[in-house]
Amino acid sequence: MKLFAIAVTFSISLIASVFFMIAYALNLSTQLQGLGLFVALGALGAGIVLWALYALPQRQTVNAIEDYPSDESDRAGAEETLNRGTGELERRSFIMRFFFGAIGALGLAALFPFRSLAPRFGRGLYHTKWTSGSRLVREDGTPVKVAELAVGSVVTVFPDGAAGDESSQTLLLRVPPGTIQATKGRADWAPRGYVAFSKVCTHAGCPVGLYRASSFELLCPCHQSVFDVVNEARPISGPASRALPQLPLAIDSEGYLRAQNDFSEPIGPGFWQRS
Amino acid sequence: MIRRLVLAADDRLGSSHFLKAALRKAFPDHWSFMLGEIALYCFIFLILSGTFLGFFFDASGAHVRYQGSYEALHGAEVSAAYASVIRLSLETRTGLLIRQAHHWAALIFVAAIAVHMCRVFFTGAFRRPREINWVVGLTLLLLALGAGFTGYSLPDDLLSGTGLRIAYSVLLSVPFVGGYLAFMFFGGNFPAAQTSSRLFITHILFLPALLAAAMTIHLAIIWRQKHSQFRGPGRTEHNVVGSPLWPNYALKSIGLMFAVFAVMIGLGAFFEINPIWSYGPYYPANVSSPAQPDWYIGWLEGALRLGPNWELHVFNHTVPSPFWAGVLVPLFFFSLLYLWPFIERRITHDGDAHQLLDHPSDVPARTAVGAAVLSFAIILTFAGADDVMAKLFSIPLERLVAIFQVLVLVLPAVVGLLAFEIAREVRARRQALRNAESRIIYARTEAGGFAQRPEPEADK
Repeated sequence: MKLFAIAVTFSISLIASVFFMIAYALNLSTQLQGLGLFVALGALGAGIVLWALYALPQRQTVNAIEDYPSDESDRAGAEETLNRGTGELERRSFIMRFFFGAIGALGLAALFPFRSLAPRFGRGLYHTKWTSGSRLVREDGTPVKVAELAVGSVVTVFPDGAAGDESSQTLLLRVPPGTIQATKGRADWAPRGYVAFSKVCTHAGCPVGLYRASSFELLCPCHQSVFDVVNEARPISGPASRALPQLPLAIDSEGYLRAQNDFSEPIGPGFWQRS
Repeated sequence: MIRRLVLAADDRLGSSHFLKAALRKAFPDHWSFMLGEIALYCFIFLILSGTFLGFFFDASGAHVRYQGSYEALHGAEVSAAYASVIRLSLETRTGLLIRQAHHWAALIFVAAIAVHMCRVFFTGAFRRPREINWVVGLTLLLLALGAGFTGYSLPDDLLSGTGLRIAYSVLLSVPFVGGYLAFMFFGGNFPAAQTSSRLFITHILFLPALLAAAMTIHLAIIWRQKHSQFRGPGRTEHNVVGSPLWPNYALKSIGLMFAVFAVMIGLGAFFEINPIWSYGPYYPANVSSPAQPDWYIGWLEGALRLGPNWELHVFNHTVPSPFWAGVLVPLFFFSLLYLWPFIERRITHDGDAHQLLDHPSDVPARTAVGAAVLSFAIILTFAGADDVMAKLFSIPLERLVAIFQVLVLVLPAVVGLLAFEIAREVRARRQALRNAESRIIYARTEAGGFAQRPEPEADK
């Protein structure tokens, strides 16, 4: 009876394998092909385990633990041989010193190529592609005109010619005029209620993608830092500790929004070399 | 046939002495001893399925215009890597099945290692002489986490791209060398042109090679030291009792292997995982919400979410806030685990070699520490999904974060104390039972009935 059940299990596996081959040849669905393989593997595994449990004499075996530690004479012998060899090496200690010098230098030299893996920091960590007078464009490259954004709306913008650039991504928001509390030096950065902040979170670099227009709050979906738009995007809660850098804006004579300058500080998460 | 093979091998290698002992090797029968095997079979499955996937994957970040069979993405600018994963999923026969099975296998691989580690910890299997294998095993866990994360990041979809951005920022936060580390691994300022190919070589060569090497060492040491075992009749500190390797244990283990493979294929066939076509390609300025990583990264994500917002500015340098939660917490966590066998030995002054395993209640203090550490990791994992929970239970996110911040500090202590008390209670009852004057042990007979059994020596 048990043997019969095992034979049936293996037969099921065999049939399922054939089913899989047919399903593959006919390009049936992933589910059907998977079903074939699943049953083929599962029935095979079950059959083998049943075989081991019901068609084999059950026996226990006992192994003694005697391989370690070695007996005293072996230990002493190994130690003595080691010491004798080491002693012979140490007798020429000045050669040893040169040897370790050479090995050490080679080890150090072998580390140098790894430096090639890391390119120089360059400007990337400190500056974005925004320059004085950069026109604000959307992800598809179209420029933003001053009349185009309704109060309460937000759009992701880039400097003209660098649409999609990671470090230059910037949120352009329009808030009711007069709601922005700007400190000295930033008074003319937000003309006509337009205000722009780096979209790269200052905590771990995610795009700060959620905006609650009713309370002027930007929320980072990764670790839930909240930034206060009307208060220079200072963090209100969450693990971020620094405000999102603000992009100084201007409106040109044709009504296009432009950047006055690059951000005045490195954007995004902090790093050791950042002052 | 087999006889001739054995003789031929022995003529040339003198292998019969080894073979005789090997075939009679004892493998203790206990379900918890299969957890490590499940991890091993996951790894084999990952190598097999991963090799298949590797033939179709294009590790290039170069931009291409998508023209494949998935209409919703027609004309979208995506990376060659992303396009190749969609092609392999939707246009290659069995491609989706094997890709999904590979992903599921990775999740189960890490889970099996983690649960195996818990078994080893709570039974004291890491004690002398097995401290080396505890260290090798932990290294395997770290490598598995790395392999999992790099694999998750390969398809260059929106979700994994966001995860990479976070990993980059965490590396960047390390004092002194963070910038070099981040640039070294990512090949420049994120997202660099070389990131894709570096992830690929790390995922398919570097980490699997290290995993295979460490696993070989792990198994060789087990082979040499032999298995530990739970207490029982006839089991002593100087022997190991179990099924012989040939044929009983070999058959059971091979059966388990096929069963593990079946589970992977079954999950891959019927349970969708990582549908990158609906996540969309990675655009640096886009992000999805809620965004959840694979389960084993959840605790790190949770740590980042709960972490303090301290940013230190010292002598014109910055120590950014992700450093505390993203670097120090895992560093402390893994240091504690690595050092635990040596810490415990220092406390208990127990330097003896152990062959018999503890019941978790035998050493309440160790069980308490394990439970506390485990609850710490679990609470962080839940915190990693706090945005989902806030929505689900309609709790303001800020309050939930505050609750978690308290829990992560308080709960491990509470759980540890509770585990300590429970273990002591259980130990007392077990001892009372063992010392009871009148006890009768019944055992199942071959015929299926019950009969009184004389008390075995080892249980006294």
